[in-house]
Amino acid sequence: MAIAHTRAVALFGLTGTLVDVEADISSNLPSFVLIGLPDAALNEARDRVRAAATNSGCPLPNRKLTVNLSPAALPKHGSGFDLAIAMAVLAAAGVISLDSVAGVVHLGELGLDGRLRPIAGILPAVLAASRAGASTVMVPFGNAGEAGLVPGIRVVPVSSLRDAAIWHGGELEPIVVDAIESARVDEPADDVLDLSDIVGNEDAIEALTVAAAGGHHLFLLGPPGAGKTMLAARLPGLLPDLGAEDALEVSSIRSLAGLPVGASLAVRPPLESPHHTATAASLVGGGSGVIRPGAVARASHGVLFLDEAPEFKPAALDALRQPLEAGVVSIHRANAVAHFPAHFQLVMAANPCPCGQYGATDSDCVCTPHVRRRYLARLSGPLMDRIDIQLRVNRVTAVRLRLGDESPSITSVAARQRVTDARAAAAVRLEHTPWRLNSQVPGPWLRSRERRLSPATTTSIDRALERGGLTMRGYDRVLRLGWSIADLAGAVIPTPDHIGRALYLRRAL
Amino acid sequence: MAAKDVLGRRGEDLAAAFLTGAGYLVVDRNWRCSQGEIDIVAVDGVETVFVEVKTRSSVAFGHPFDAITAQKLARLRRLAAAWCAANPGDHRRIRVDAISVIAPGDGPPQIDHLARVF
Repeated sequence: MAIAHTRAVALFGLTGTLVDVEADISSNLPSFVLIGLPDAALNEARDRVRAAATNSGCPLPNRKLTVNLSPAALPKHGSGFDLAIAMAVLAAAGVISLDSVAGVVHLGELGLDGRLRPIAGILPAVLAASRAGASTVMVPFGNAGEAGLVPGIRVVPVSSLRDAAIWHGGELEPIVVDAIESARVDEPADDVLDLSDIVGNEDAIEALTVAAAGGHHLFLLGPPGAGKTMLAARLPGLLPDLGAEDALEVSSIRSLAGLPVGASLAVRPPLESPHHTATAASLVGGGSGVIRPGAVARASHGVLFLDEAPEFKPAALDALRQPLEAGVVSIHRANAVAHFPAHFQLVMAANPCPCGQYGATDSDCVCTPHVRRRYLARLSGPLMDRIDIQLRVNRVTAVRLRLGDESPSITSVAARQRVTDARAAAAVRLEHTPWRLNSQVPGPWLRSRERRLSPATTTSIDRALERGGLTMRGYDRVLRLGWSIADLAGAVIPTPDHIGRALYLRRAL
Repeated sequence: MAAKDVLGRRGEDLAAAFLTGAGYLVVDRNWRCSQGEIDIVAVDGVETVFVEVKTRSSVAFGHPFDAITAQKLARLRRLAAAWCAANPGDHRRIRVDAISVIAPGDGPPQIDHLARVF
């Protein structure tokens, strides 16, 4: 009889590929063949599409239907191809316009009643369609807001298969149905966690600000009740709003993870705080068949907070080393590789020993030295090596509490302004380099002839290096911190005082 | 005769008339042997055509074609061989067709013919 074709998007990780959906109707006994590496959920599309078409009043022809998803060698997952399959078959049957269907990318899952259900991953799919040059995309009504976030592509939201067929020129009477909405987004209550809640931990607040300004990873060590969790949870509040590209990436990851996206891009940096029983796969992402983003990808352009870090499995922690270095997670499977962004800022918090009291002034530790050493040794050297700021946090004393009442600490909004200014200063200095933040700058560049600080400025760290108290890598990290502190202070170049404070921020252990 | 048999008989009559109208020569109907029954045997030019007719009064329980299964076609293929053995002649080219008849109690029947289904 006839052949028709339309397009859909296959997602692998965040990478979308346009897929040609071809339908052929041949004069043979009724059957429905779906080829082109569909997974189990996609194979069931045959029954969904047939029932949905019948219940929408435009039944599929009683002939042999062959639907091919091309490129045939690319594995395809999930239920998002239902609409494209239905449209291709109906066009081949002559119910709707061949030309109209061929020019549109279709995304959406069909219910048996013919209504369209929202699917996960609409944002990266529409983005991929737009980048591949598609001009029009048809999406379920419940995904309309999310699809509309992608600029430069026409979005056609439809609530049922019948509406889609009518849009493509099918001669049917419209029937009003209740569109299936996607899960409602709870607007994030901004600034609930304010820096001004913190009393008496000025050192820690300063360290947090430096971490935010330079994008430095942060390790907080201290007894229970010192406010480590409270501090870490306030770091995203200090980070500036995301840029357009970053916001699109953050929202894409949310969409892919099946989290509600809403009708506007996420502009605030995300915070992910996985529980310490997390596996390596849950942190970096994985899964058989569909590869889902892990906590690292969901924390991209934001903060990954690991509370009680030594309680994590060593294998899970060490899985973070490669993403920390590369800023991207690549998950390899037999048939493909999925890439996820991983530009996150790592914050770890730990007690100094299993009982937590070691080093506290007001109580005694009951752990043996051996147990104490074993506890922190769970954080591997190579991982700790990548963390610029290692700060000891102490419990707040009554005196500090009283002092804190008299001089309230800085608010998140004010601190964010300082951070934004410092980042702008760093961006000007790093203008003709591939880096944007101090934490990304390699040591040799900082020590190069044009950038080198005067010997008088670096006396303290030069001496630490000579004595062996500081490794060469540690030296570079102190230099980076020094520049961040100088940027925050509005200084053109770090002073001896800035370098001294940078050295202090490395001295937790 | 049960109502379903009356309907089936009517469907086969309609199908035979349809084939004749299409230029086929119906040579045998309801041919039986120990393996089963062939609804219609017809000749289309040089081809001998074995036709399975399926009749329903409505599509409420599915289209008639949906009821023609792979097993039924395989049996028809065996029956075709048996018919050729029992009826000498030139049967070098044979084929199996399916005809669906939707015959509502009131209104005209719809006949759908699929050639070479097996």
